[in-house]
Amino acid sequence: MSVTPLVELRGIVKRFPNVVANDRVDFSLMPGEVHALLGENAAGKTTLMNILYGLYQPDEGEIYVKGKRVRIRSPADSIRLGIGMVHQSFRLIPVHTVWENVVLGLKEAGFVLNRKKLTDMVKKFCEEYGWNIDPNARVWQLSVGEKQQVELLKLLVRRAEVLILDEPTSVLTPQETKGLFKAIRTMAKSGKGIIFITHKLEEALEVSDRVTVMRKGRVVATKPTGEVTAEELANLMIGRPVLFKIEKPEVKKGGIVLEAKGLKVMGDRGVLALDGVNLCAHSGEIVGIAGIAGNGQEELMEALAGLRRVEAGKVFIDGEDVTNKGAGYLIGKGVSYIPPESTRWAIVRDMRLVENIALKFYRSRDFSGMLRIDWHKLFEFSRKLIDEYGIAAHSPSTLAGTLSGGNLQRVVLARELSATQDGKVPRLILAAYPTKGLDVAATEFVHSLLLKHRSMGSAIVFLSEDLEEIMMLSDRIVVISKGKVVGEFLSKEKTVEEVGMMMLKGSAA
Amino acid sequence: MSLEWVGSVLAGTTSVGVVYLLGSLGEIYAERSGILNLGLEGIMALGAATSFITTIAWGHAVAFFVAGVLGILMGLLLAFFTVSLRLNQIAVGLAITMLGSGLSGFIAFPTTRKTILRALNPELPSTALEAQSAPMLPSAPLPFLKDVPIAGPMLFNHNPVVYVSLILAPTMWFLLFRTSVGLKIRSVGENPGMADALGINVFRIRYLTCMLSGAFSAMAGAYLILGFQPFWIEGITGGRGFITLSLIILSAWSPLRAVFGSLLFGGIEVLQYRLQLFGFGAASPQFVLMLPYAIAVITLSLLSIESFRKRISAPAALAKPYYREE
Repeated sequence: MSVTPLVELRGIVKRFPNVVANDRVDFSLMPGEVHALLGENAAGKTTLMNILYGLYQPDEGEIYVKGKRVRIRSPADSIRLGIGMVHQSFRLIPVHTVWENVVLGLKEAGFVLNRKKLTDMVKKFCEEYGWNIDPNARVWQLSVGEKQQVELLKLLVRRAEVLILDEPTSVLTPQETKGLFKAIRTMAKSGKGIIFITHKLEEALEVSDRVTVMRKGRVVATKPTGEVTAEELANLMIGRPVLFKIEKPEVKKGGIVLEAKGLKVMGDRGVLALDGVNLCAHSGEIVGIAGIAGNGQEELMEALAGLRRVEAGKVFIDGEDVTNKGAGYLIGKGVSYIPPESTRWAIVRDMRLVENIALKFYRSRDFSGMLRIDWHKLFEFSRKLIDEYGIAAHSPSTLAGTLSGGNLQRVVLARELSATQDGKVPRLILAAYPTKGLDVAATEFVHSLLLKHRSMGSAIVFLSEDLEEIMMLSDRIVVISKGKVVGEFLSKEKTVEEVGMMMLKGSAA
Repeated sequence: MSLEWVGSVLAGTTSVGVVYLLGSLGEIYAERSGILNLGLEGIMALGAATSFITTIAWGHAVAFFVAGVLGILMGLLLAFFTVSLRLNQIAVGLAITMLGSGLSGFIAFPTTRKTILRALNPELPSTALEAQSAPMLPSAPLPFLKDVPIAGPMLFNHNPVVYVSLILAPTMWFLLFRTSVGLKIRSVGENPGMADALGINVFRIRYLTCMLSGAFSAMAGAYLILGFQPFWIEGITGGRGFITLSLIILSAWSPLRAVFGSLLFGGIEVLQYRLQLFGFGAASPQFVLMLPYAIAVITLSLLSIESFRKRISAPAALAKPYYREE
């Protein structure tokens, strides 16, 4: 091609303690191109982009911007070169206004900030992309999608020609995603280059012109999007064909493990979140809770896990009344809980893996006497779990915070699902969105784990935002709407469409 | 209570208030950038001691200059420990307070003071060497304005430092909220990682605000002894540095609101003396002494409701060291 690439990375190598995050990576971006960077969690996508953005220094390799070799020592350097990045977690100041966030550090803004001029400028960019943000609004007042637009505005006013978007759709609703894709196309049309980091195949196919697949720190393929299929990409991503269908072995349903009767629970804002919910789960059964987010599912899980007060109604585990007995007691009864956003609520990032695992097992007689914790044994045990759950950490003394999200989820699962050495399997597993944000392989792993425990006789209640996943995995489905159960049936009795309608309408029509 | 009495209370209010105002102006900048300068009390004491001595030796102007420079040095010390070495800001601040208080007591102690004075200016008469008080800043009443009832004695019948401070408040408000430097300072205090990513030198900004805060704290001390209470006693600051810190919360980190906060605290302090003269609270003097703190608690509680509504709160990165690679 005669056109000079906007950006060219050649032979980039980045080593972290214990891992090679990028191994001789080549990558290029043309003007007007949307280039998807596809890969599983921890494939090295974000590391590569952080190098281009100046947050990390490569150990080897060269970076060219518009054909000129450059060194990018800091984000300030990359901004000067016209490279901008929107991170997964937004870097905005909630208490400042939109325009203040946008013009921060902008040379053209001048010493005395002319509010009229600057808000007009922000408005002009908004109009260009069909966004509807008030420049004088405070950022905390905005929705997630709007916050992302503010992030993009920051790059646009700096006339960035290379925009790196790190998993930009992970926080968006489907409508917002559509809007974002439109904006991305508009940007590409004006000659900018966009790097779109994702682990979602369909998105890569939908929005990109070219796609580069990374696996374990290496580029495995770079192809024009039109010439690849979803299956090909999936194979490239994980190195083997994906099982989109779940093989569910026949398991004989056992006795009732969990029974909840007429549960009433308050939400965080002091209004009734659950209004008389009945639920039961048998040994060897997976019960999927379907519902539109915010209809009481999470409160239900918390109430069952002993983390939220039950105002009225009763909860029984194996026939014993455990209503409001508290989480510690329930753990003793064999209840495992995987909270939503478990990497935030179930992991202490500043602690080592062995300590994170010990958080549950320190009670076990296997690992502790009256006062002393047998760390030696816990280390052994953790090492076994790291192996068994495929956690990418070389030792139990690795700091949890250094692992990627997918790996942390594996740590949570390892702690919550594994039996101690006396071989006790959890009686009840409460899993809230256990596959959220995970890549294909990790999702598959979670599914196989849940199915394995189903075979071993655990009762499982799980939440998912993915209706197909609920339909495939569960034996029985409970649809919840506005804090009430509006439908209950075996998964083979209904279609995805029927269940979807039920969730939307809030009745078993 | 005559108008004259009210006038004199108001004049006193401004007089003390400026101590708080000068201290808070610098401190607000530091806190807005994420640095809690808990050394304020000590730097204030040091400013008072040095300006006491240098005024006797060389006069007022030099005294303020020397106090300012010393304050900048103390600010640099604070910045070195908290910004470069990333030590706990509370520990460093308290250490600086102890250092400043101790050092001020040492240099202003009669024997050391005499030696220093002799070294600074050998021509000083022995009365000056023994002096227990420094010459106060000359009053410079503004013609006509001083005769306006209430506002006249309150605002326009003071020494020049008072006027400068009162003008500085809106100026520093403007700098903080209407200029790019101010936006940088505020952003560094809210989200240093983001500011850094946009090419703002977090370290430089924080060093700058530390120095500014040091300078202002020391000048507050200099003003305390030259404009309000011209005789040296050990522990002259009497916790005013710490009151300033709570005043800043009350002012929601705004230099303009700090004017009102300072006057409020100044007023309480003056009333405390005046009411004692009337025999008010003679039976329970502790009650009057408690007033400033009680009022601080009450106003803080009331303001917190308002602040909660508007989501005004301490800068998000206050007292948090910044590390580059998170």
